[in-house]
Amino acid sequence: MDIYRPASWSEALEVKRGAPESVPLAGGTDLMVDLNFGRARPQALLDLTRLAELAGWDRDNGRVRIGAGVTFTTLIAELAPELPGLAIASRTVGSPQIRNRATLGGNLGTASPAGDALPPLLAAGAEVEVASAARSRRIPLEDFFIAPKVTALEGGELIAAIVVPVADGPQQYSKIGTRNAMVIATVSFALALHPGRRRVGTGIGSAAPRPLRATEAEDFIGGVLAEHDLWSSGAPIPEPASARFGELVAAAAQPIDDVRGTVAYRRHALAVLARRTLAWAWSDYRSAA
Amino acid sequence: MSLEVNGVEHSAEVEPRQLLVYFLRENLALTGTNVGCDTTSCGACTVLMDGRSVKSCTVLTVQADGAEVQTIEGLADDGKMHPLQDAFHTEHGLQCGYCTPGMIMAALGLIQEGGDLTEKDIRLGLEGNLCRCTGYHNIVKAIQSAADEMRSPASA
Ligand SMILES: Cc1cc2nc3c(=O)[nH]c(=O)nc-3n(C[C@H](O)[C@H](O)[C@H](O)COP(=O)(O)OP(=O)(O)OC[C@H]3O[C@@H](n4cnc5c(N)ncnc54)[C@H](O)[C@@H]3O)c2cc1C
Ligand code: FES
Ligand code: FES
Repeated sequence: MDIYRPASWSEALEVKRGAPESVPLAGGTDLMVDLNFGRARPQALLDLTRLAELAGWDRDNGRVRIGAGVTFTTLIAELAPELPGLAIASRTVGSPQIRNRATLGGNLGTASPAGDALPPLLAAGAEVEVASAARSRRIPLEDFFIAPKVTALEGGELIAAIVVPVADGPQQYSKIGTRNAMVIATVSFALALHPGRRRVGTGIGSAAPRPLRATEAEDFIGGVLAEHDLWSSGAPIPEPASARFGELVAAAAQPIDDVRGTVAYRRHALAVLARRTLAWAWSDYRSAA
Repeated sequence: MSLEVNGVEHSAEVEPRQLLVYFLRENLALTGTNVGCDTTSCGACTVLMDGRSVKSCTVLTVQADGAEVQTIEGLADDGKMHPLQDAFHTEHGLQCGYCTPGMIMAALGLIQEGGDLTEKDIRLGLEGNLCRCTGYHNIVKAIQSAADEMRSPASA
């Protein structure tokens, strides 16, 4: 096995062009486990941990651009004001040792439906900036995931950054179940209120082969809030509307039929999480107004 | 490649796929850092890299190029035990001792981070470290007492 250790981003892209089969290595908390366990046997690794270009974030024009190599520890310490939903989710990842190494780019690269960063990024309307030696392009996050471990990256492309609108309202994230390296048993849900655009964003984790938005639920609850002008009045959301919102979120899920009973359980749990996060976020919105 | 381990600079040629934990154990004979699993779940291999706790079974040696690594062997000062080592002893924070170096290094990472250290904070902070013997209670007590000592103005 070869290992390439480029010293700059442009060098990394050149290496990837010349050796498209080389597998990017960031914090290694997914990839090294696969290697140690004998599940992955790559011919070559492309170590991205030396690249200063990937390790930082900046804020410009109402958006935060987070380098793919930013760790969960950094997201928690530095980005909670701008991206509260992502910060809540980051705190639930692994243990300190994992959060000190694991990167946001790696969470996207693994493309697990259980990746904790993914629902809050979907709810916030994030885009992925990918690059090859030839060009760079942006992909809406919801189009990035195709199946577990399969993304929209093309040969020679690497994830450069994740670009996320700064929160313009309350954001929440909640998950049920435990996650460790061997067992994935969570359903998770992220919600973002966008008072500026009068929209509600959602993200569902672990309830389909890939993380998803619940677009029908988003349109429905956005319609209710607009129809009764609740954004301005700050009045409570009628109970039947939040119940319906929960049902629509559950209906958007496509749970994998792995263990008998899980499908029904996951749908039920999702409806509960959806109603709960909506109630939390709406009460934050009302008390801020 | 070169790296600093417990304050000493080392230069070495290593296999690309060598894990940092084996570099420490085999090349440097620092066998205090243990390996307890192959799934990055037990935390026995925890060391500090540039001041932050990491699992050295999940880091390639070459990825530590230029880093400062601290292991359990680097804690005692001139034969005098580190407050964490003392506290694990007096509070009975170990039985078989297999998990202890990793626990102590994870605890040092927590203490150096500077956050609150209530019993709950410590338990959450040790989520990545498994102990089959003690049931964690005495480990948490040991870390609290060491943190109090390390953070009191007298020892600063
Ligand atoms: C004990 C343990 C607990 C965990 N708990 C959680 C948890 O609670 N929640 C959670 O979401 N995850 C968890 N994980 C999984 C893992 O930590 C995360 O998925 C993490 O974000 C992976 O990041 P990394 O930098 O370590 O990625 P790596 O392992 O380095 O890479 C992961 C994948 O992404 C690819 N990749 C990395 N960077 C790039 C890039 N710039 N461009 C293109 N491809 C790239 C790699 O080739 C690889 O396929 C856990 C893992 C362990 C071992
Ligand atoms: S040896 Fe178990 S986590 Fe490293
Ligand atoms: S003392 Fe034996 S594993 Fe912790």
